[in-house]
Amino acid sequence: MSDKAKSATEGRTEVKNTTCYMCACRCGIRVTTRGGEVRYIQGNPDHPLNKGVICAKGSSGIMKQYSPARLTRPLKRKPGTDRGDAQFEPISWDEAYGILEERLAHIRETDPKKFALFTGRDQMQALTGLFAKNFGTPNYAAHGGFCSVNMAAGMIYTIGGSFWEFGGPDLDRAKLFVMIGTAEDHHSNPMKMALSKFKRNGGRFISVNPVRTGYSAIADEWVPIKPGTDGALMLALTHEIIKTGLYDREFLIQYSNAAELVNLNEESPEHGMFVRFEVPPEEGCFDPQNKLWWDRELNKPISTHTPGADPYLLGDFRLSDGTPVKPSFQLLKERVEEYTPEWAADITGIPAETIRRLAHEMGITARDEKIELPIAWTDTWGNEHKSVTGNPVAFHAMRGLAAHSNGFHTIRAMSILMSILGTIDRPGGFRHKAPFPRPIPPCPKTPRGPEDVRAGEPLNGMPLGWPADPDDLFVDDKGQPVRIDKAFSWEHPLSVHGLMHNVITNAWRGDPYSIDTLLIFMSNMSWNSSMNTDKVRKMLNDKDENGEYKIPFLIVADAFQSEMVAYADLVLPDTSYLERHDVMSMLDRPISEFEGPVDSVRIPVVPPKGECKPFQEVLIELGSRLKLPPFTHEDGSRKFRDYPDFITNFETAPGSGIGFLAGWRGKGGEKSIRGEPNPNQWEMYAKNNCVFQHELPKSYQYMRNWNQGYLQWAQEHGMTRYAEPINVHIYSEVLQKFRLAAQGKTQGKQPPDNLRRRIDLFFDPLPFYFEPLESQLSDKQAYPLNAITQRPMAMYHSWDSQNAWLRQIHTYNFLHLHPKTAEAAGIQDGGWMWVESMHGQVRCMARYSEAVEPGTVWTWNAIGKAAGAWNLDAKANEAQQGFLLNHVIAEELPAHDAGKHLSNSDPVTGQAGWYDVRVRVYPAGPDEEQVSWPQFKPMPQVPGTGERRPWLNYFAGMFEKKSG
Amino acid sequence: MTQLALVIDLNVCVGCHACVTSCKQWNTSGPAGPMFDDNPFSKDPTGTFFNRVQTYEVGEFPTTETVHFPKSCLHCEDAPCVPVCPTGASHKRAEDGIVLVDYDKCIGCKYCSWACPYGARELDEYQKVMKKCTLCVDRIYDEVLPESERKPACVLACPTSARLFGDVHNPDSEVSVAIREQGGYQLMPEWGTKPANHYLPRRKTRKTIHEDELVRSDNPLKKEDIRHETSKEVTLDDWLM
Repeated sequence: MSDKAKSATEGRTEVKNTTCYMCACRCGIRVTTRGGEVRYIQGNPDHPLNKGVICAKGSSGIMKQYSPARLTRPLKRKPGTDRGDAQFEPISWDEAYGILEERLAHIRETDPKKFALFTGRDQMQALTGLFAKNFGTPNYAAHGGFCSVNMAAGMIYTIGGSFWEFGGPDLDRAKLFVMIGTAEDHHSNPMKMALSKFKRNGGRFISVNPVRTGYSAIADEWVPIKPGTDGALMLALTHEIIKTGLYDREFLIQYSNAAELVNLNEESPEHGMFVRFEVPPEEGCFDPQNKLWWDRELNKPISTHTPGADPYLLGDFRLSDGTPVKPSFQLLKERVEEYTPEWAADITGIPAETIRRLAHEMGITARDEKIELPIAWTDTWGNEHKSVTGNPVAFHAMRGLAAHSNGFHTIRAMSILMSILGTIDRPGGFRHKAPFPRPIPPCPKTPRGPEDVRAGEPLNGMPLGWPADPDDLFVDDKGQPVRIDKAFSWEHPLSVHGLMHNVITNAWRGDPYSIDTLLIFMSNMSWNSSMNTDKVRKMLNDKDENGEYKIPFLIVADAFQSEMVAYADLVLPDTSYLERHDVMSMLDRPISEFEGPVDSVRIPVVPPKGECKPFQEVLIELGSRLKLPPFTHEDGSRKFRDYPDFITNFETAPGSGIGFLAGWRGKGGEKSIRGEPNPNQWEMYAKNNCVFQHELPKSYQYMRNWNQGYLQWAQEHGMTRYAEPINVHIYSEVLQKFRLAAQGKTQGKQPPDNLRRRIDLFFDPLPFYFEPLESQLSDKQAYPLNAITQRPMAMYHSWDSQNAWLRQIHTYNFLHLHPKTAEAAGIQDGGWMWVESMHGQVRCMARYSEAVEPGTVWTWNAIGKAAGAWNLDAKANEAQQGFLLNHVIAEELPAHDAGKHLSNSDPVTGQAGWYDVRVRVYPAGPDEEQVSWPQFKPMPQVPGTGERRPWLNYFAGMFEKKSG
Repeated sequence: MTQLALVIDLNVCVGCHACVTSCKQWNTSGPAGPMFDDNPFSKDPTGTFFNRVQTYEVGEFPTTETVHFPKSCLHCEDAPCVPVCPTGASHKRAEDGIVLVDYDKCIGCKYCSWACPYGARELDEYQKVMKKCTLCVDRIYDEVLPESERKPACVLACPTSARLFGDVHNPDSEVSVAIREQGGYQLMPEWGTKPANHYLPRRKTRKTIHEDELVRSDNPLKKEDIRHETSKEVTLDDWLM
């Protein structure tokens, strides 16, 4: 070691715990600094989530901290320059706040919907949503609409919980694990840890995916499938399981609506609804238990869950008034009748024999390898159980299922498959994480009409919610959308995460109206987060006949010089995750474990770089200046000093005892979950690994949809409004209500005529398979292939190309395709080629792969960059050889009978149909330039970013003094 | 005699590169560092890493296997990089078998990298000295660290705990047991280098379905067949007195 190095190592060393943010998993980390620089980031061994491990991204946090792409000063677009040119002048925060305050105050006093706030990563929604609601704008959402809302909505509307943050596979006890459409993340470290343990315990791991990378690599069996056809597989598996009697009859009867009788009188306004012995007033989140079974002994209808009753799951019955009825399981059986393994084989590319075998493996493992844990519990009907049982078949799925326009029904089908196997919140199956399970659907509702948006007032409702019936839609009296993204309208009724992917196009077109100011936080909407990227960039820069921008004012808050920053009128530099306070809150998307609620915090490890301010602080400051109610005393004075003070003292309602953090509440930190604010709460988190974990009693850890003790505990602690059973919706009355409206059979809100057929078709109360919408509207002979993306494990979206170490792992991306597919098109391994859809084309490099289904081509997402963005040299490989597939994906469907400008999304939820695109491939000509296409004018370095060093010799404690 | 080594379980490695960057961050600021990066923000970035993961495909669709293969210095018992070193910089420690390079003696002649059949050595283009995995020799004996953390950084980081660390000469160590019981193997043993690091192979779990498992008397479908309808046909009941 040199003398210099020695003196550096003798520099001041400090160790602090905080929470990672190199991806969305939020592992606990322990950060050692030396001489003020980050020396070592390790997984915190005392953290319940990652138990000491850390991933490639987490270990590279150092290079994010010192990245030259960091923004460090507020910036204003230079007068006379165009958006996209990235010509900025630095301004002070005073000036930035002044601009924001003046503009936003005026909007709020005149027409609050002219301000739109859309955010990338959505683990700060409790605060950003609170700000938007109190500002009074309906135009707010996070990125869920273009990420995985189908997964959330499809599962929550079926089982009251969903994968990832809200629940997951219990791999500790599962014997068979089926992973579908998951690349390498969501979860990241916890999934890796669990998979390894599962395999070492002798579990069998099956991966269903068009591509074999990452997790799929270690699967015992890889089942390649054609993209967008997972629904056909789920339905065929269900067909086979019902046909062979491998379903869990007892579970379905007690814990789902499978045995409940459905009214089949087509003349009745109640057609397709469950028969009820009385119809009490219903709230959107209350599922009254007043339905009927058909009892086998008495051979007549009987109130569900009558002690001793044993209902039929199958059959065809008639009530005394002549109403024909069937148990909903009978309807499911009839639905899947035609979905045979042979039928699915043609669609999915999976041999019928394999489908049949998979169904048998699932069913037999579930039935014959039952787990019984000696844990006594009581159900919501008062029955005492001596043990908890489980059927050890676990599933996990993510965007491979979600990012298709048929994803909602695919995910409903998967949830139903999981349910008929009897695996919901049971050991070895799917398990919930607090605050889930929640009622189906959960209680929050959006406003219902334009009158709920009022000048100078908070929004009358939540900006995002869970519609229970058509009357919950947020539409005007003609049935037209109130939101800029058209969420919660008849176009996408259950768009519970909004449709961020259509905001720019809609605002540019002025459809349904024009807005004034768009604030984008941490989302790269002029690059990898937008579909139709090239045209969206033009829209951002487009002007009307008066020379005014069609989207008049654009604010971007980000930590890095992303492609989006180039289009901003005002840039607000955010801090890195190592420089700020932050919460992973129970009000938002906490990091709960199966055993009970967990939340956590970030505390600053190093001081903010330059003039960076955490976006949280910006919101508190703006909320105070605009005098929004939660941030202001009655006399109009400021309520919270700063973000940490807000977190400590904010309560959901005065005296509710519920705030952002659940740990160390009460005056002295003696209470948890609920209790008055504790002035020393941050310190207590800091002393306790920055994490709070509440372990539920064992008897509350399973069967939570129907667990009396748990539900009462959840109600007392403000996690749920009702302690009523949350029965699995095999058959969805919620969907049927929309269908009845479309059929004109209801008194309430009605869809516009152009959407009636669409609603009637897609709001089927049982899952069905349909070809993705884009495929239906494509010439499949001209575009014979599916194109998809996957996320590599060492990168998170676009965040990491500025990271000196991670970009050495993924410097540019290829289009991976099967050799036969490539050879048929005359494309060479490593050669330049074109990939083209009906919307556009991209030039890229080919890589042969035997690990991809031959009808699919794929690439890593977001490795390709626009020249100069992220403060990379314009000649960097990311821009010259890397490419972005988004250029061939449209944000809108081609005009068809349902509309001219419908989003390229799931018709139920508005989930972006990223993976629906159809393409063809052909070689690039010998005379073509060997660079990716399209290319863009290089983005210059913006003021305040760092020097792009020609070389690095990172050595903590002396780095800034000693690098090239 | 102790021989420390890594045993890498390919059965659970998902190729996440956690070992690659945890190694880099630990070592760049330690006695083996700094670890040089050239062109970190421009064309063709390249740098010194002691550990890299290669991913390759085996077989043809649809029976393709995708193999993630982490590789670093194997700390050979008969290390070919040692005798070729003209200055004695490359050496194998008697006490624990770790192969190290003394940077003060290294003249960057690259003989060792030519001798190494595994391509495990990396020339630091800035310092012009040969670098490689040290098994985090600065961690594993550091008594300031809690005992549970006296392991190479890659081992602590690995989310699938695919990296085991210990003494392969001690038959009772975790690594020796794993090698013995799980078919641990060395890379290219025919070279006679006796690599200390070992790899554990992929293993498959299959399920056998017996026919009788699909035909059972308690099949729930049977409960649905019984109907309580009165038969209108004449039965023995109508005849027998």
